[in-house]
Amino acid sequence: MSAGMRIIVGCKRVIDYAVKVRVKPDKTGVVTEGVKHSMNPFDEIAVEEAVRLKEKKIASEIVVASCGPQQCQETLRTALAMGADRAVHVLVEPKDFAVMQPIHVSKILAKLAVDEKADLILLGKQAIDDDCNQTGQMVAALLDWPQATFASKVEKDGDSLTVTREIDGGLETIKVSLPAVVTSDLRLNEPRYATLPNIMKAKKKPLATKKPGDFDVEIKSTQEILSVEDPPVREAGQKVESVEELMEKLKEAGFVKS
Amino acid sequence: MFRSVARISSALKQNKLQNHLFQKWSECAVVTQTRNVSEESKSFGLNLFRGQAHGEQVFPFPEVLNEEQRDNLQMFADQTAKFFEEQNDALKNDLLETVEPETMEGLKALGAFGLQVPVELDGLGLTNTQYARLVEIVGAHDLGVGIVLGAHQSIGFKGILLFGNDEQKQKYLPKLAAGENIAAFCLTEPASGSDAGSIKTRAVLSDDGKHYILNGSKIWISNGGLAEIFTVFAQTPVTDKNGDTKDKVTAFIVERSYGGVTNGAPEKKMGIKCSNTAEVYFEDVKIPVENVLGGEGGGFKVAMNILNNGRFGMVAALAGTMRYCVHKAVDHAGSRVQFGKSIHTFGTIQEKIAQMAIRHYVAESMAYMISANMDQGFKDFQIEAAIGKIYASEGAWYCADEAIQILGGMGFMRDCGIERVMRDLRIFRIFEGTNDILRLFVALTGIQYAGKHLKDVQKALKNPIGNIGTVVGFAGKMAKRKLGASTGVDLHNDSNVNPELQDAAKKASKAIEHFGGTIDQLLIKYGKNIMHEQMVLNRVAEAAIDIYGMVCVLSRASRSLSTNVASASTESAMCQTFCEEASVRVETNLNIAVSDRNMKTFRTLSTISDEVIKHGGCVQEHPLGF
Repeated sequence: MSAGMRIIVGCKRVIDYAVKVRVKPDKTGVVTEGVKHSMNPFDEIAVEEAVRLKEKKIASEIVVASCGPQQCQETLRTALAMGADRAVHVLVEPKDFAVMQPIHVSKILAKLAVDEKADLILLGKQAIDDDCNQTGQMVAALLDWPQATFASKVEKDGDSLTVTREIDGGLETIKVSLPAVVTSDLRLNEPRYATLPNIMKAKKKPLATKKPGDFDVEIKSTQEILSVEDPPVREAGQKVESVEELMEKLKEAGFVKS
Repeated sequence: MFRSVARISSALKQNKLQNHLFQKWSECAVVTQTRNVSEESKSFGLNLFRGQAHGEQVFPFPEVLNEEQRDNLQMFADQTAKFFEEQNDALKNDLLETVEPETMEGLKALGAFGLQVPVELDGLGLTNTQYARLVEIVGAHDLGVGIVLGAHQSIGFKGILLFGNDEQKQKYLPKLAAGENIAAFCLTEPASGSDAGSIKTRAVLSDDGKHYILNGSKIWISNGGLAEIFTVFAQTPVTDKNGDTKDKVTAFIVERSYGGVTNGAPEKKMGIKCSNTAEVYFEDVKIPVENVLGGEGGGFKVAMNILNNGRFGMVAALAGTMRYCVHKAVDHAGSRVQFGKSIHTFGTIQEKIAQMAIRHYVAESMAYMISANMDQGFKDFQIEAAIGKIYASEGAWYCADEAIQILGGMGFMRDCGIERVMRDLRIFRIFEGTNDILRLFVALTGIQYAGKHLKDVQKALKNPIGNIGTVVGFAGKMAKRKLGASTGVDLHNDSNVNPELQDAAKKASKAIEHFGGTIDQLLIKYGKNIMHEQMVLNRVAEAAIDIYGMVCVLSRASRSLSTNVASASTESAMCQTFCEEASVRVETNLNIAVSDRNMKTFRTLSTISDEVIKHGGCVQEHPLGF
């Protein structure tokens, strides 16, 4: 691996974090039309980490990939403007996209990694829209590669990576041999801005369009959405004067055995 | 200070000064000619003064971006917005009275300093429309940063872009585009503000003819303390073909590195505090002769063209500010509960929000109409750009003011953010041509254009048989106006105006006819002396602004109705309401402009002002007598 690692980074297009999400009137999902979208923030961190590895000459090539509608190309172009070398857009038809789940994306990414002879797959730990937190783990399982999830620090160490993970109550440091799957946590780095001159330059970088079938993946619904609901409106609290009163109220509401 | 005012007023009474002012206005008129006011202009604004609705520039609402430009712009806009939301802290910049260093570096890396510099010279090569979209984002977030960027590229080095030769462009633009060098525009002097022709800074050719030696000082120069490259305007002795030598304004590219360039401390200002404003002094600065910009003696034209070409950017930036104000007001009005009801259900608040939204709609439509016209290659957009600047700067002030009113005490607090916006906004009615001067500019440029056509009629009258067509046409128009009949302006029958807006378009047509008739009347009544009737001219300008606004929203709302966008019905309502209210204002203003009774009021106003000036302040005694 003296030539430097080949890295694949997943970039999901999601509703922008600043958008106030609205549920569709028929409760089958949320309104996406005319709503600002951007790259999943955790994926942005993954792209940034890959670019830093390349700047340190640890990586030789960065391929970014996104599965979804035509507009995913904007997301990919942002990643290219940040410093990725080329992009693969897996165009998913609207009817398939509506039922696409992490398992489908995982299978596509796993196949892509084999095709591209990747040494490392860098993904966000989860997407901010469905909060699944599944893709990294499933890709690793499909490929039978080691995984290092929730990374807050990634260092190359010979033919392996030393990864610091954020876990409950502290940090865990693990070593994984390459090839491997790493998912980024919030504090791994602070992603750079895609500058306007780099956006222009990124237009010249190659972007290949593929279909799920090219990766032998068929997108079949594995679950049925029954209903999407707004979070319940928080009820007003009440103030109590004393501990006794508090206990009384808790007993009344059945939270404490009397 | 009071005494000096009194002295000025008595001086004004002297004929000498009046003649001087007259000469200045004539110069102004000359400038309008150099600004490509062709005999048969396609400008809507100019032809309005002839009572005509020239639709070529305004109908249908111009769409000038190709697919690639649109794609690029969308990505640029997203990233620019992201930068301003995450990295830039407007309140902190305001407090520190400087743009935070990290933000400044970020802006340079972002490419924000070379938006319109050609790609081959390391800029982004944006069209005017693309530029407008990005500065709109800047205007929505931080007007102070907007000034740092605008003083640099909208005026600071715009002269090199517009008038520079290849060597000058190659030499200066790449570093300017990268923000490695900052630029500034140096026109204003202590004794020369709106009257730009009166500058005192002088440049004299050295004995060996290789350099100009520049001496003088400039005030209130944005980026004056940061800039390396200055566009400087100075008087130079120019000898005409008759051998007479006269001082004329010449533009120069001056590098700080030439030596002799210094600047004062940053000024303490009301708003746009994070931008640097300073005096700049030039002491025996040696400028190589090849750094003349736009030819010796061509400086006035250079200056006016730079300002003229930059105004659309302010319109767009201010449309962004208005959008921000609407957003802030709506946020509050939608959640604040008083008297048991959300305050947006009260008529008082509803009227405010609707008026803010309408003004924003008008300003935004003007901004993109003007930028598109520029991109289409039209050269006559000076009236429209001036109207846009006036309307947007006053509209933004209105929106900020009403947003604060809706927020009440909260709006008055610093942390809310609009308090800063209000301070930042005040200067926009003052700089780059005060709105007062621009109103006169709009009225006089238009009247001059109409006057030329009227002269043709006068000439034709001397030989009525030979010019029967001209004479009959004009006589017919006058007769129709006398009878109150239409002179043929029929926007409402234009296929580009949606049928739903026919009534609104009728009002606009009527306003245009009334406007044209008023201009003819004024020309006949005052002739050339109309230029001395500033109070009349202001009413004319006010009517022109309203009419241009009507046409812009008629065009835009028609497009939205025909493409059936989700907001079409609201846009249609905003358009109709604006036309309704604007047409009433137009009628009032035009009636005032020609009425003898109002002329008496104007004369009285002048007298009152004279008395107050003579008195050095308020004339009457205090009601309590002490």
